[in-house]
Amino acid sequence: MSRGGVIAFLVVIFLVTIAGAFFVYPNNPVLPSFANWMPWRLGLDLVGGSHLIYRIDTSHIASEDVRDTLAGLRDVIERRVNLFGVSEPQVAISNTSDGYYLNVDLAGVTDVEEAINQIGATPYLEFMEIQEQEIQSEENSTATPQSISFYVATGLNGQYVRTARVDFDPTTGVPVIALEFTSEGADLFEQITERNIGKIVAIFVDGEAISEPVVQDKISGGRAVITGNYTLQEAREFVQRFNAGALPAPMTLENQQTIGASLGTNSLQKSIFAGLIGTAVIMLFMIGYYRFNGILASIALLVYVVLSLTIFKLFVTMSLAGIAGFLLSVGMAVDANILIFERTKEELKKGSEKATAIKEGFRRAWPSIRDSNVTTIIVSIILFNFTSSFVKGLALTLLLGVLVSMFTAITVTRNLMRLRTKNI
Amino acid sequence: MDIIKHKWIFLGFSGVLVLASAIAIVLFGLRPAIDFTGGTLWQIRIPNTEDRIQESQIIETLVEQGIENPSVLRETSSDSFLIKTKPLSEAEHQQILSALEERVGSVEELRFESIGPTIGSQLRSKAIWAGILVLLAISVYIAISFRKVSYPVQSWKYGLTTLITLFHDVVIPTGILAVLGEFGGVEIDTNFIVALLVIMGFSVHDTIVVFDRVREQVLARHKNESFTDTVNASVRQTIARSVNTSFTLVLMLVAMLVFGSSTLQLFVGILLVGTVIGTYSSICVASPLLTVWGKLSKMASHT
Repeated sequence: MSRGGVIAFLVVIFLVTIAGAFFVYPNNPVLPSFANWMPWRLGLDLVGGSHLIYRIDTSHIASEDVRDTLAGLRDVIERRVNLFGVSEPQVAISNTSDGYYLNVDLAGVTDVEEAINQIGATPYLEFMEIQEQEIQSEENSTATPQSISFYVATGLNGQYVRTARVDFDPTTGVPVIALEFTSEGADLFEQITERNIGKIVAIFVDGEAISEPVVQDKISGGRAVITGNYTLQEAREFVQRFNAGALPAPMTLENQQTIGASLGTNSLQKSIFAGLIGTAVIMLFMIGYYRFNGILASIALLVYVVLSLTIFKLFVTMSLAGIAGFLLSVGMAVDANILIFERTKEELKKGSEKATAIKEGFRRAWPSIRDSNVTTIIVSIILFNFTSSFVKGLALTLLLGVLVSMFTAITVTRNLMRLRTKNI
Repeated sequence: MDIIKHKWIFLGFSGVLVLASAIAIVLFGLRPAIDFTGGTLWQIRIPNTEDRIQESQIIETLVEQGIENPSVLRETSSDSFLIKTKPLSEAEHQQILSALEERVGSVEELRFESIGPTIGSQLRSKAIWAGILVLLAISVYIAISFRKVSYPVQSWKYGLTTLITLFHDVVIPTGILAVLGEFGGVEIDTNFIVALLVIMGFSVHDTIVVFDRVREQVLARHKNESFTDTVNASVRQTIARSVNTSFTLVLMLVAMLVFGSSTLQLFVGILLVGTVIGTYSSICVASPLLTVWGKLSKMASHT
């Protein structure tokens, strides 16, 4: 690379690093307006919160309906969880060899007892009719009475629905939703439709109106069809929700992991402090042992720390384990530099010229750098698929960290060395 | 430094450590944490400063609430109590919490983990699978690294020696945990398994760095130089990089152990022990073993 190229590369790297530094540490005095732009996403072991695992009993559900039921269940729980105002709640179904589980992550939730009560409640589907009432304003009794309308429960709810499925209107081919009621439900539905012809009977799920069709005629026979401008996708979603309401798969809380906010904050502060001390001591060691080259390695290490934190802030929810994985990778990041410097020393001992020695040092250290990272990469990939959230966080940051460090330790250090020694 | 000359001291020392660890594991067993057995771990802080709350008071309250054999430990570093019981439901949790508050005043809950027995057995089987996969992947990696046959020690012996060293590096921390479990009540959880798997990765790469150099030297050596001398020279040439690469990691681990979160202390501690043992074994166990192989095959060819 030409000298101009080297300088251009280093300028770009340092500009990116400086921008990254402001991005990962926005609470600085220089650019404080950056602070609220994009906050760190922190796991519940750092901000406090609760990780809940429910076992879902699907034994009463026909196997072809299991998928719809589970998806409906997840949607309902997701909407319930969103009510807590928790940042980025996570709700996921996991399918294991011994059944289905619902995993709920509530970072930052304070009232876990209330959260558990809310989540555990059965998804609720109900039909509502409109009631109109005239109110006479008390102050001005001569004015025309105002009429207001509001929804009231009809008493027909999810427990009277036997099944719901997606159907197609035979004439228009539009997707519709077909409900089948139990015999009690059929009677209720007949009465409700009879008294509401020309009016709206709304369908509510968890207190939210998801469909407000106008009743065309009295409906008997225990079947209801909800027509509307539904896409197939929307119709499917409705069916999932209905089925979850009608056939609530019972869930039991199997696993609860709650971290108090104070323990979480304490862990975060201590980990950051430990990381700063560890990084500083590693830099001191490198400078003490390798002198000038150690300074270059330390600069590369700082670039490494900022670049990987930038990647983490953009893409990763940081947990305590994630920080641990990152700190381990910092401990290994200068390995490539050590291998290169030791190899260069050997070449110098053999009597090579300085430039040749450095060049050979880089070239011949590469296989050992690659090998020394391969086992860590293999282990992190296996650990990432070892699906406990602690382990995943650790494996991900360790893996990303090792990959980034291979770039910074080699490329940044080499270009820094090129500033002093030509042709390496 | 002539490590190979004193090889029996190192091999003897390691042999004794491995044997002692194996005995400790067989004799004491490992104490599984609630991750694997199911159960509840509850960490609370009681700010009541007037009367000093004792473990026994908490145990009494738990027993009154119908919890059999609860274990309560005071954790001095975070000034809190660690309570371990069977898996508690949320209702039981709240009931015990209010009973405790009635007895000792306000209670700050730091952590409440309740793991059902099925999740525990899932985690256990996942841990076993991850262990098997790591061993398989590492064996494949070793086989690829040593596929080129080299004289005078066949390549599979390099591979086998690497695996013996790996075993050495994993058994010793496990033995230490068995002893700590017996005398200090320390339990092994998922983190322990993860630490062991990470140690396996480090151990193998340390050993491979030294062995790579041995093979390079074997190809380049003079005719009158013995295999032992070659190994010795290789160790001398690679010792600085082996020690230094591990040392930077040790520096970070010590910082994490001293200043970091107490939740991770055991995890970091095991990694620290494993890293130190892994570096020691790549220099003082793996290379001497290689010369023993060399001697054996020499003896075999003479008879």
